Amino acid sequence: MFNSPFLAETGAIVQFVGRFFREGFRPRYEVREFFYQCFVVGYQSLPMVGITGFIMGLVLTLQSRPTMAQFGAESWIPTMVGLTIIREMGPIITALIFAGKIGSSIGAELGSMRVTEQIDAMEVSGTNPFKYLVVTRVLATTLMLPLLTVLADAIGLYASYVGINTQGVTTLALFTNNILSGLTFADVLPAFFKTFFFGFAVGIVGCYKGYYAAKGTAGVGAAANSAVVVSSLLIFILDLLAVQITGLLGFN
Amino acid sequence: MLPETTLQPADSQPTAPPGSAEVVLTLEHLSKSFGDNHVLQDFSLDLHRGENVVVLGKSGSGKSVLVKCIIGLLRPDAGRITVLGQDISTLDHEAMDKLRAKLGFLFQSNALYDSMTVRENLLFPLRRQWLADRRGQEKELVQQALEDVGLADTADKMPAELSGGQRKRIALARTLILRPEIILYDEPTTGLDPITAREISALIRQVQQKYQTAAFIISHDMDSVRLVADRVAMLADGRCYAQGTYQELAKHEDPRVNQFFI
Repeated sequence: MFNSPFLAETGAIVQFVGRFFREGFRPRYEVREFFYQCFVVGYQSLPMVGITGFIMGLVLTLQSRPTMAQFGAESWIPTMVGLTIIREMGPIITALIFAGKIGSSIGAELGSMRVTEQIDAMEVSGTNPFKYLVVTRVLATTLMLPLLTVLADAIGLYASYVGINTQGVTTLALFTNNILSGLTFADVLPAFFKTFFFGFAVGIVGCYKGYYAAKGTAGVGAAANSAVVVSSLLIFILDLLAVQITGLLGFN
Repeated sequence: MLPETTLQPADSQPTAPPGSAEVVLTLEHLSKSFGDNHVLQDFSLDLHRGENVVVLGKSGSGKSVLVKCIIGLLRPDAGRITVLGQDISTLDHEAMDKLRAKLGFLFQSNALYDSMTVRENLLFPLRRQWLADRRGQEKELVQQALEDVGLADTADKMPAELSGGQRKRIALARTLILRPEIILYDEPTTGLDPITAREISALIRQVQQKYQTAAFIISHDMDSVRLVADRVAMLADGRCYAQGTYQELAKHEDPRVNQFFI
């Protein structure tokens, strides 16, 4: 039990997180690399997140419409879609897409650098590879995922407006008013804050898996794969914790 | 390009006599184990300024572990490593980084950053080391390093566009750009064809003569050893089993030593 590989791996990830907080906020600060990673992680994920958000909002609206119509509650569609997207679907779907795209790419990139001794070469060049590679990427994923989620939410809601107008006529002002009247800060803020933790999980797991990748091409593949699997699982666990905490605080 | 060197076997060249030049690297009683595998056991060796020492040994004998201990990528279990007068076990991270500017390392796999161009690969160590006296000279230094290895026109290429021999030369240029006093070569000719291997061996000699660098070379390519070594040390059973010139070891009575030279 106490020699379990699962516990050993968990302990190693906790140590890795500890190292991030120990080293991440001390000079030398890798500002240039951090902004470059924000560009890669954030800007280059925009199309993927945008398309996903649009489809999410459109499908949710089109699929819920018949049921809502049965109860004569079509006018509630904007409120229902708004709550669903902002509280849960926007953050979780964006985070999962992010884990698939960014988590795997970080795992594969760092894994490949480990296997080809580029991380050792960096250390020999007088660069702390943990700060240069890990800290910058984890900070970038932590800060970019909330922004991407806000964007995905906005695009998803616009897609819902489009979906409603495919089978009826609603003005944008009325649609927006319906959404806003059903939302409180208790809906928006916890959903926004939890995405920082999702982003951190994706970054730290991707970096951990890549940084300690086993030698050989199989090691790179395994690093990329397990980065996605573990960070996706962590996203669900963190989401569950967030629901419990917001419930305890009376926000649900 | 570095001045052409007439490449001759080490036994026909004047050997830097140990003791006559300043010692730049001292390894004293080094030991390193991985579990029950005792890779280094009481290994000791000196390297003098301007001298090429080749450490010879069978595959898996611990040569790469030895060189990674010197550069600080691995920490020995026991013993002392003194580089340019500094005991590296007493250095903090910052001091070790400064020392590494004087200590080049050519990886067996070259370890070029594959997402960067050749120029960016060369600029990386230069910019990271904050060498105030070299600010503003980056362009010239990159050009000089590329000319030294005979690849002046590759600055904007990606490493994937280069041949194995060219990648090795670029890796050497990246090492040379900081003007190190000691260069560690980890199997510099492994995986290269005989002609390219000879060219790399010639380059190692040219670097030694132009910059008066000391070189600590890990190899089991006997043709290269013959061409580049001022002194050969044989690593066996984790210790320095024998040392001398190429010619001396080739005539050694112990079959464990002379079998390499047959």
